[in-house]
Parts: sequence; structure tokens; C-alpha cells
Amino acid sequence: MSALLRVENLRTYFHTRSGIVRAVDDISFSVGEGETLGIVGESGSGKSVACYSLLRLIPQPPGRIESGEARFGDCDLLHCREEKLRAIRGNRISMIFQDPMSSLNPYLRIGEQVIEPLLIHKLASPNDAFDLGVAALREVGIQDAAKRMRSFPHEFSGGMRQRVMIAMALITKPELLLADEPTTALDVTVQAQILELIRRLQQEHGTAVIFVTHDIGVVSGFCDRVLVMYAGRVLESGPTAELFYEPKHPYNQALQRSIPALHERGAELHTIPGAPPDVTQPIRGCPFAPRCEFAEEKCITSEIALKEVTTGHATACLRVQLGEIDLTPAAVAGE
Amino acid sequence: MPAPFLEVRELKTHFAVEQGLLFRRQAGTVKAVDGVSFTLAKGESLGLVGESGCGKSTLGRTILQLIPATSGCVVLEGRNLNALHGRELREARRDFQMIFQDPYASLNPRMTVFDALAEALRSHRKLTRAELRPRVVELMRTVGLLPGALNKYPHEFSGGQRQRIAIARALAVEPKLIIADEPVSALDVSIQAQIINLLAKIRREMNLTLIFISHDLSVVRHIADRIAVMYLGRIVELGAPEEVLGQPLHPYTRALLSAVPIPDPARERQRQRIVPAGDPPSPMNPPTGCPFHPRCPYCIEACKAVTPPLTEWQPGHSAACIRVREILDGTAVK
Repeated sequence: MSALLRVENLRTYFHTRSGIVRAVDDISFSVGEGETLGIVGESGSGKSVACYSLLRLIPQPPGRIESGEARFGDCDLLHCREEKLRAIRGNRISMIFQDPMSSLNPYLRIGEQVIEPLLIHKLASPNDAFDLGVAALREVGIQDAAKRMRSFPHEFSGGMRQRVMIAMALITKPELLLADEPTTALDVTVQAQILELIRRLQQEHGTAVIFVTHDIGVVSGFCDRVLVMYAGRVLESGPTAELFYEPKHPYNQALQRSIPALHERGAELHTIPGAPPDVTQPIRGCPFAPRCEFAEEKCITSEIALKEVTTGHATACLRVQLGEIDLTPAAVAGE
Repeated sequence: MPAPFLEVRELKTHFAVEQGLLFRRQAGTVKAVDGVSFTLAKGESLGLVGESGCGKSTLGRTILQLIPATSGCVVLEGRNLNALHGRELREARRDFQMIFQDPYASLNPRMTVFDALAEALRSHRKLTRAELRPRVVELMRTVGLLPGALNKYPHEFSGGQRQRIAIARALAVEPKLIIADEPVSALDVSIQAQIINLLAKIRREMNLTLIFISHDLSVVRHIADRIAVMYLGRIVELGAPEEVLGQPLHPYTRALLSAVPIPDPARERQRQRIVPAGDPPSPMNPPTGCPFHPRCPYCIEACKAVTPPLTEWQPGHSAACIRVREILDGTAVK
């Protein structure tokens, strides 16, 4: 699988009055054609900022992309000319956001918004665009699409608005879709509908997806590969099944154990003590070390890089890299 | 049989929706809670689940008399709360407390932790300043906060710690009933588990009766003795967690369960989803008969005509669906 997008050493900092917030601190990843990459992390882990940085949607200032490269075809998204990026953004790479309420313009009819990408990128004439818009709405399962083109966003429910956002994002047949928590604001039954829809459209058009979420459950059924982020860094990355069945970082393992399971009743939930670190302070060593049950002196004193330990599965845990600890459930149970 | 600790009988909360600027007229009624009945024993915990707009929060607030009920009654230890007014109600409020979803909004930003807890303690009992301090420290210990943080302001705490302060405040008056409205929804997963464990521990140690409101079935499972599933202002299923989640009777519960993502890729990929079509209907204009019938795969003509009552199908396990028998036998045709 050839890489559609290759991100190297991305650093996005925010220069605020209370100091430099290292929101994304040296992350690298790639997405293959048609692949679904999940980025999971808790709030403040930098997952959304990473996504926004790719399309240079970070408000600058206070934000600044300090270093890195994002290869998309022959273009470096982070450093190419603004005109060049504008031709890609909303065309070959599009994005859907968490809150469909605030990402649609309340003053414009749905139809105008859905076909806007086609008109801006001159992919269709206004007449053809209208028909394509109706087809796009129909494709995402909106009844009476032709009539609904004339509706305003407030006439739609949350789930329907997110469908409109998806129709808008996919109308240009992008090669890559960035989805930033697209189902977080929705109820579970509606979430299931929207995930099913993204999956179907992705298969039909061969679109690659970067799916940002805090919900490790959503990732498990939806993504091919997953990055686990914490305090602006990638702590673990690998194929979805391996990440769940053979965790290679204590944070990933602890996170999974602290999720309340639907079908097993534990007397007490596993907890991760403490809280995520303050990213305005430079972090030496592993950012998870203060909360980690396996942490040792060397975890704090040495610089730790993300390193592949088995094919395609990388971890930023020094002790796993050295083979000192085994986090697979079988090994944990046998202790 | 002794009288239950808490009894909610045919409780209804309707809101009038008005229209027009000058000549206001009633345009309709939102039936947020529409005939809910259940009982709770002392020390029991009930998980109230449902999607947004199903009326679960309104039910919680109506029980605590924060919203006036349209009809029906709430009886706590033999006392009808709806009949209380003014001073009587204020005094009765010490017996029941609420914990809200957003710990950023529910604490006064100008009060230190000490002030916030001391205020709650003083409203309960007359205490001198000297007596106050040890009580505040004790409360903080109960919820796992260090007494060193006594003079800090809410903005100096993380979300999880603020929720601990909110819990301590609720506990200050030694309540008998606590309603927690989505107390962990605003928190990250790693912090969620801490708060759930804390609530479970406090409940056990103080023999508190707890109503835990959440949209998340898996969270509720860890803390509830019984689960009530709400849909459009009504309880559609009620029973022990093993029953409701293991062998759901109502088609809505089944759909809800099948939509919850499981953090297990192999199981997640094999699963059959029964996703109900469309969105939940507006509570202003609810469908006739069973509220779930427009989205239900098992809907027949009779479902459109009668509103099914909550019926006990198995000991301690009730559902409001007329086709439970057939669905269980597998003879129900979709």
C-alpha cells in the first residue's frame, strides 16, 4: 500500500501568555490509499490539533507549526503556497467536524452549502452542481433531497446535519477525509447510523479516512490502524486488532482496562491515578511515567522515541522496547 | 410489605410551548416526562438511561422538586414532596441532593473549596468556625482530595477534581437520596473510572440511595442495582442490569444495546446491528400508541393504537411492549 499522506516530525505549539503549549510535539505517521487511520486520545492530547495542522487551520498566532512535513502527492501541505493548499483543501482533502450545529452557516440554505465546494473548485457548472447536490444528499440518506436543498440548517436534527456535513465533504470525491470526532455530539443510535454511512461511502469511493476520536470503542470496529496520543505525542501505533489484543504501551493498556464494559461486571473499575501532564512545561522522558505502574528511573531521564517492536506496531515505552515488560493479556493474567 | 423508600407514581412533567411575540398563545405541549412510576428501596441504586431528549434529566429534576410536576407524586419516606412548600420544602431538601454534569458550571468560581463546603455544612447544622474545619477536611478526605487544597479556587482544579468537590458538597448535608445527572459525561475516560468508583464506594459506605442518570449504558452497568431505559418521556424497560443488558425485552433496548461500540475489534466486526431507522420523534408531537412504533422493526397495527403499559414479564423485569412474548419466542415477524 503506497502512502497517500506521510507526516514527519510535526510540531504545533501555541504561544500563549501562560507559556508555550506543546499541543503536538513531534509526531510522524502515514495514511495509505483507502485506509482508515484512527487517532485516539483524551482531551488535550493533541489529536485534533494534529488534524487541523495538516490543513493549516490552526489560528496563527497564537499557534505555530514549528517543524515538520506533510507529504501529500508532490506537495508539502505545511509549507506549500497558500493558493496551492487552497486548491487541495475542501477538494482533494476535506474535513468534517464534531459539532454539526456550529459548522453549518445558519443563514444559508443547505443546498448552497452542499454545492459550494463544487463551485469554488470549479468542478461543475451551477446547474450541474445543483443536481449533484441533490444526488449527494440522497446518497447520505436524506429523504426528499430536492426539497431539502432549500431548507435551512435549523430545520434539521443533529444527525441530519452531520449527514449534510458528510455530503458536503464528499461531494468533491476527496482522496482523504479528516473526521474530527464526527459522532461525539450524537446519540449512540445515530452514531451507529453515521459510522455505517461513512464506511459505505468510503468503500464506494475508495476514500482514505483519518478518524479522530476519544472513544476507543468506536475505533475498534471502524479503523484499520490506530495511533494512541497522549500529551502531544504518539505513544503507540499499530493495526487495530494488535492494539487491543497485544498492547505495547502501559497507557493504552490502562486506558482499555478503565473503560466500563457492557457485558462484564467488574466489582471495581481499573483506574489510572492522577491526571494528564501540563503541556506548557517541557516533559523529559515518557509523558505517562508519573502515572505509570511500570515506570522506573530511566523512563524519566532518557529521551524515548517511538520504535517499531513488531512489524507495523510501534511503541514509545522504553521498557517494552527493551523487552523488560510484557503487556499482553495472557502475560498479565499469568503474573 | 413495608412502604418503599422512594415511590414515584404516574409522574408527568409537561412544558407549554408558546408562540407569538405580542399575543402569546400556547402552540403545543412538550411531554418531557409522561407517566413514570417506579419505587426504590433504601440503599438501592437506579441507573436511568436514554438518549438526549428522552426526559431523563427532567425526571431527575422533577423528583427533586427543581421543576414542578404537572401531575403524579413523589413520595420519599412516606412524605409527599409535591405537597411541600416554602420552609417545609427547604428543610426536606437536605434529604436529597443533586450532582450535575458540568463541574465547571456547578461551582461558584469566587468561592474557595473551604467556603463552598462550609456553606453547605452550615445550611445543615449550626457549627462554629472551630467545628467547621475538621468537618470540611473530613469531607475532602471522603472524596479523595488532599486537605492542602482547602484554600484553592475551582479554576485551579481539573474536571475530575471539581466533580469530587461537587460530590463533597452534595454529601455535606448527609442526604439520603442523591441524583447524579450525567456526572461523568464531561470527563475523560481515565478520570471517569475514578469518579464511578468513588460514587460506588460512597454509596456503599453511607447506604445512600442513588439515581444515576446517563446516556452511556456501560457506565450505568457498573453502578446500578437496577436499570430503567427511557424513551420519549416513558420508562420502556426496567430490571436488573444482567437482565436488561443480557436479555433485553423491549425492541428499543435491543437497538440501543446493539449501537453501543464494543472495544473489542473481533466482536465488533461480527456483530449484527439493529439500528433503528431515523431520529427519535419530537416530544412535542409524539406518535400515537407506543412511542417507539415508527422506528420499531416489530411494529404491527396494534402498536399504533395502544400505549403499552410497563408490564412485569419476568420476576423483577418489566417492559412496555405488547409483543414481548412473541419476540422472546422468536415468533414475532419483523
